[in-house]
Amino acid sequence: MVHSELGGDKGWGLTSSFVTHLRREHPELVNNRFDPAIIRAGAAEDAPGAHGTTVLAMRFDSGVVMAGDRRATEGFTIASRGIEKVFPADSHSAVAIAGAAGPAVEMVRLFQVELEHYEKIEGRRLSLEGKANRLAEMIRQNLMAAMQLGLAVVPIFCGFDLSRETGRIFKYDLAGGRYEERDFHSTGSGGRDARSYIKGRWHEGMSEDDTVAIALEALFEASDEDAGTGGPDVLRRIYPNIAVIDADGYRVVPEDEVARIFDGVLDELRVRYGGAPQ
Amino acid sequence: MTVPFYVSPQQVLNDRAEYARKGIARGRSILAVTVDEGILFVAENPMRSLHKIAEMYDRIAFAAVGRYNEFESLRVAGVRKADITGYSYSREDVTARGLAGAYAQTLGHIFTTEMKPMEVELLVAEVGADGDGDHVFRVTFDGQITDETGFVAIGGKADDLAERFGSSYEAQMGAPDALEAAVQALADQAERTIDAADLEVALLDRSAARRCFQRMAPEEITEMLGTDTVDPAAPAPDDGDTDTPETEDG
Repeated sequence: MVHSELGGDKGWGLTSSFVTHLRREHPELVNNRFDPAIIRAGAAEDAPGAHGTTVLAMRFDSGVVMAGDRRATEGFTIASRGIEKVFPADSHSAVAIAGAAGPAVEMVRLFQVELEHYEKIEGRRLSLEGKANRLAEMIRQNLMAAMQLGLAVVPIFCGFDLSRETGRIFKYDLAGGRYEERDFHSTGSGGRDARSYIKGRWHEGMSEDDTVAIALEALFEASDEDAGTGGPDVLRRIYPNIAVIDADGYRVVPEDEVARIFDGVLDELRVRYGGAPQ
Repeated sequence: MTVPFYVSPQQVLNDRAEYARKGIARGRSILAVTVDEGILFVAENPMRSLHKIAEMYDRIAFAAVGRYNEFESLRVAGVRKADITGYSYSREDVTARGLAGAYAQTLGHIFTTEMKPMEVELLVAEVGADGDGDHVFRVTFDGQITDETGFVAIGGKADDLAERFGSSYEAQMGAPDALEAAVQALADQAERTIDAADLEVALLDRSAARRCFQRMAPEEITEMLGTDTVDPAAPAPDDGDTDTPETEDG
């Protein structure tokens, strides 16, 4: 145990990676995706487990905003009204998940430990680029489950790059391909609708408040077009998760604030669609 | 054919213990003190990036004296154990007791079976919501484990340092007072001026929401200490602008 940091017969390798260590020393904790029982469950349904999402990330003048709706579906059933899809990855980055909820949440949990583990072992944080590449590798390792079982995990990763002093956004494909988006991105079943909404409104040098407002409007538009995306739930006061990452780090926009902005959006829409009291 | 000489187990273990003790005593000390704000670690360590005090988990820190390569291996193994435990169960299931126990097992095993014992002494500390919830475990080169309260010194002339620090220790100390007393004890023991820039100081902050470990930057240390240098046996400086070191050596 003590001497294994030299990686045994595999040489030095990725000695600061938690995932690599788990795969090598505790494969039972990471390789369960190919369990025959899961494959049988996968055969029974096209896409087992909860699905459905719109998540988005947008760059603004001093950082990035990341937001996600709260609905998870299983077929035509609403599996959850309050699922969270936006997570802090570490102090200056965030990941939003789309796709099969189970493996996605698990991947985020592992990714969070991976980043913190590196920081503790090495005494410094990974670069934003390094974090984005590690996530790509983890998606690649999920490729078999994605292809065979429909358990695809397609996150967005974003963060504040402390060396370049700017917000950056990375999107991924099923095979672990990693692509940097300059300005904004949205994915999930309602991703296309959200993206077209943002595309007409995003511009360089936006303020944080404007960006948060557009993010919430885009999520509403997505929920209006896509059955898999949840709209604002005014009955239960469930509103989208939204986070801002800038030079000071990751912070969640408080729920009251989100509710206030969203109520404003709804008032405008009532007028537009004739639903407002005369 | 040669017949190996018989050496009694008693003799073998005594020799190994003496070897390890000598190695550990050659190094410099670390002081860990329970303070109002959490658990404070103070060491003299002029090397900026080769640390003796490190974050292990949310509320747990690791501090070690002795051979760097040996305790660094132990530190990495401990971080792995902590992260695996937290990932498999839950973050609150990672305890200093569990980690200290693993270290005791490993060090005890190496001490009895390997040619050379590890020349290290470790502290595994966990900060609680208040001083009563704090746990500081000391693990020696032969795998002995003790639960310390108040303050503890390891490495170098640890007993002497503990005695010096103990004379100014109080049960409800603030971190700045504890730091000042600790550095004074280090300076008195070394009989030379200690530069704030040569200190390694970390705090397990009990008020933090999750990751309690804070490594203090040189400017933070100077600010908390209220001075750049601490002279041996000089009256403890009590204001913040004693930039010019007083020359009262001896």
